[in-house]
Amino acid sequence: MRFYRALLHLFPRSFRAEYSGEMIKDFAREWNDARGISVIGLLVTTIVDVFANATQVHFDILRQDLKYAIRSLRRTPGFTITAILVAAIGIGATTATFTLADHVLIRALPFPEPDELVKVWEDHSARGYPHLEPSPPNFLDWQRQATSFERLEAYSGFVSTMTGRGDASRVSGAIVTPGTMQMLGRQAAMGRILTEADAKATDQPLVISDAFWRSTMGASPDVLGQTVMLNDLRFTVVGVMPPDFLFPTRDANYWALMTFDPDAGDADRTNHRLEVLGRLKNGVTVNAALGEMKRIGADLARAYPKEMAGTSATLAPWRDQVAQQPRLLLLGLVGASICVLLIACTNLANLLMSRALARRPEFAVRAAVGASVDRLVRQMLTDSLVLALCGGILGVILAITALPLLVRLVPNALPIAELPPIDLRMLGGTLLLTTITGLAFGLLPALRVCRKADGSALKDGARGGTSRGTERVRSSLVVAEIVASVVLMVCVALLIQALIAVQRVDPGFRPDNLLTLRTTLPFNTYGALPARMQFYSRVLDRVQALPGVQSAAYTSFLPMTFRGGIWEVLSAKPDAASPGGFVPLDPTHNSNAGIRFVTPRFFETIGTPILKGRDISPSDTVNAPFVAVVSESFVRRHFPKEDPIGRSFAIGFAARTIVGVVGDIKFRGLERISEPQVYMPASQQTTLLFYAPKDLVIRASVPATTLTPAVRAIIAGVEPELPITSIQTMEQLVAGETAPRVAQLRVLGAFAVVALLLAAIGIHGLLSFTVSSRSREIGVRIALGAKSRDIMSMVIARSAMLAAIGVVIGAAVAYAAGRSMQSVLFGINPADAAAFASAIALALLMTIAGSLLPAWRAIKVDPITATRTE
Amino acid sequence: MVNEPKPESLLPLQPAVFHILMALADEDRHGYAIIQEVKTRTNGEVRLSPGTLYRSIQRMLDDDLIVEVHERPAPELDDERRRYYRITKFGKAVAREEANRLTELVRLARASGFVTRKA
Repeated sequence: MRFYRALLHLFPRSFRAEYSGEMIKDFAREWNDARGISVIGLLVTTIVDVFANATQVHFDILRQDLKYAIRSLRRTPGFTITAILVAAIGIGATTATFTLADHVLIRALPFPEPDELVKVWEDHSARGYPHLEPSPPNFLDWQRQATSFERLEAYSGFVSTMTGRGDASRVSGAIVTPGTMQMLGRQAAMGRILTEADAKATDQPLVISDAFWRSTMGASPDVLGQTVMLNDLRFTVVGVMPPDFLFPTRDANYWALMTFDPDAGDADRTNHRLEVLGRLKNGVTVNAALGEMKRIGADLARAYPKEMAGTSATLAPWRDQVAQQPRLLLLGLVGASICVLLIACTNLANLLMSRALARRPEFAVRAAVGASVDRLVRQMLTDSLVLALCGGILGVILAITALPLLVRLVPNALPIAELPPIDLRMLGGTLLLTTITGLAFGLLPALRVCRKADGSALKDGARGGTSRGTERVRSSLVVAEIVASVVLMVCVALLIQALIAVQRVDPGFRPDNLLTLRTTLPFNTYGALPARMQFYSRVLDRVQALPGVQSAAYTSFLPMTFRGGIWEVLSAKPDAASPGGFVPLDPTHNSNAGIRFVTPRFFETIGTPILKGRDISPSDTVNAPFVAVVSESFVRRHFPKEDPIGRSFAIGFAARTIVGVVGDIKFRGLERISEPQVYMPASQQTTLLFYAPKDLVIRASVPATTLTPAVRAIIAGVEPELPITSIQTMEQLVAGETAPRVAQLRVLGAFAVVALLLAAIGIHGLLSFTVSSRSREIGVRIALGAKSRDIMSMVIARSAMLAAIGVVIGAAVAYAAGRSMQSVLFGINPADAAAFASAIALALLMTIAGSLLPAWRAIKVDPITATRTE
Repeated sequence: MVNEPKPESLLPLQPAVFHILMALADEDRHGYAIIQEVKTRTNGEVRLSPGTLYRSIQRMLDDDLIVEVHERPAPELDDERRRYYRITKFGKAVAREEANRLTELVRLARASGFVTRKA
């Protein structure tokens, strides 16, 4: 019997109170009649019966409550719309940021068994590069020796010029070792993927992306077997990948085979040009594989001491390859959205509390005619769940609308789509969030009000008074809102300062009024230096002759476009046995520099000062002595106490003499440390074709973009088939550096404004309620001679106290939040006085704004009306 | 009671509800007696479980099909500790409508040749 009694707890309490006695008696009779095997039958049918019927009863109550909730919410449209909007803002903000964070940080990569995929690097920690791209010979040694991997493959992003399909254009894709696509484990949507069998193929197989198939091949069903000309080589399309195959980055349009050519530097262990990915064998842990790679790395370091001394190999799960900055920016947003949700919830709790207090007489009547307390609590929870659900639906719409604004925060380093998918996972998450929100803000007021839903509430309700406990709860809710909004505002203030600090960083050049564009010369026609030099001089001479152009120059890569190109600085002493053909300066220290080949007037054009010596000049030809212009930091590191002009060093397979010193350029980006720079004349570039100048930069005296048509015409006149890409002003390029920060700040700023408004509404709501419920007391005070000033200060004092508590706690939490995001603060102190002062001032202003109307109402209380009610 | 609903508005009745109404047609009964009565009337084919019975009773009370009675039956028949239920006038009307509906359904089934033996 005890068993049956316990089972009946599945029914709602109200049902139990009414019928459990009868049910137990009925069950007892059946139990007594049952004999032998029929006892088990009775037990089973009873369990099934109770489960099924209890569910039904709950469902019946829910239906009734829903009907009642919708009816009563429709009677108060103002309240209902406010509550739904507030819930929608909280749920929408949280859904958008959680979806984004889930997409970037948590969700499994779109490949089978994604946890087995690891990224492998060379580890040159001693020189400051813990994750260096592997060189071909090292990769091939790893591939031969390592046993932890099912496959170990290499790939590299690759941009080529496509001809034969309309205007020549630059198309990005990837070159991969033959087993790469098999390792990833995805099949082609049409045709096939590249496999190891292709390594021996004589034609050049090409797999294309869904986007490329649609945009360039016209989504033709007969695409297989068609040819595509890339860099003047003929490729045959053998497969089309599905739309969500985004490897290695979203902009990859095709996959072709990678070949290793010792003559092009692929035998050089310092040619760090590959990305390496491995799939772990079944049962091999990341740590075990790491141990093996460290061992192999140490063996290679011993075998090739000149290039590899002090180096090793390392690996980490591919999923974790999100840099710290995007990770923190995202987590910051998630934290902020939780603040917004918290404020929204407390606001709703307060709104519902006012409503519940106002409905106390109604509840008292329902209690008097037999409704139990839990039925009333249940009814109120249904009310809040209905509101939350409507808010949730609106919130999802808000989130879906807002997500495209946030895509700047999705890093390109992962093989994932730019826009997070709107799927069951997201909707399920939102439903959960909505339910939690509904329960969180519904339960508190429900319990507070319904606990006293008896006769006393009737009297209380008629008088409109509130208990001290209720006041305290509501005050705590308002304090929580102030805390959350102070935290948000401080964070926004800190991040705005960080953004300003980043924007103030001197990039080392003057970005204003510079037009830039890229023309990548095909190597089969421009492999020889004279041909390239002829192209540069013809283009530059004509561009510089344009009215409105002050100067123009070509460089290998503009600052902040290609962030690599790092080579070791060697002594000028030749040594055939050393890597690079020269004796290293000090193999245990970082003596790297970024190299660029430039044409004369590059520094004048870009606005970098020549501090000493001279610019690259047209007389620095291939027959003249090899020269270089170096940056200030290069001199500080290598020639700190002597005149650098005339000194020699070797880099990129040639010894060079320093002829000039220029200012440092932040070529790696505003927020990163850049290596010293070495600039070499384009006219002395006999090797390293990858570095052949391709970026044209023009300083204009007219608005830079107005020059675009004329420059296009000039280039087309010199080389009609040459695609022109990346046309932008230098200012746009530099602004791209801070774009993720700006995107995050916009959202955070919006969150902070919403938080501030909601908190003000919260304070206003609380004080209005206090004033109306204490109107009798206020009336008596006025009747007894209290002045308006006294009444006003009574009301304001209360909000000031709440504000003070909120600000103190908020400031402490904000400091902790600031410290946790220190690495994105770009040196701004997380205790920055200005940020805190402005946030606190705003919080106080908001408190005053929220209090004004209730205070005004308080002094306008008519003592006669107010005291007459009793 | 506000506007009394029309008997048809509750149709079709759930089988359990119809059985309970039939069990209460001639006299007031408590829960266990209803279970027994239904069992007897259907030759043991329909066995109402306590869960189904009281869930139905709760709904039928809400719908005014039955009422709980406070006057007791003859002392020798009274089980004092039990709660007795009585069919209302409205309940009878609803049961009649349901019976009509089912009769009409059987008539249609018969016309379609689906009824082979006498029901």
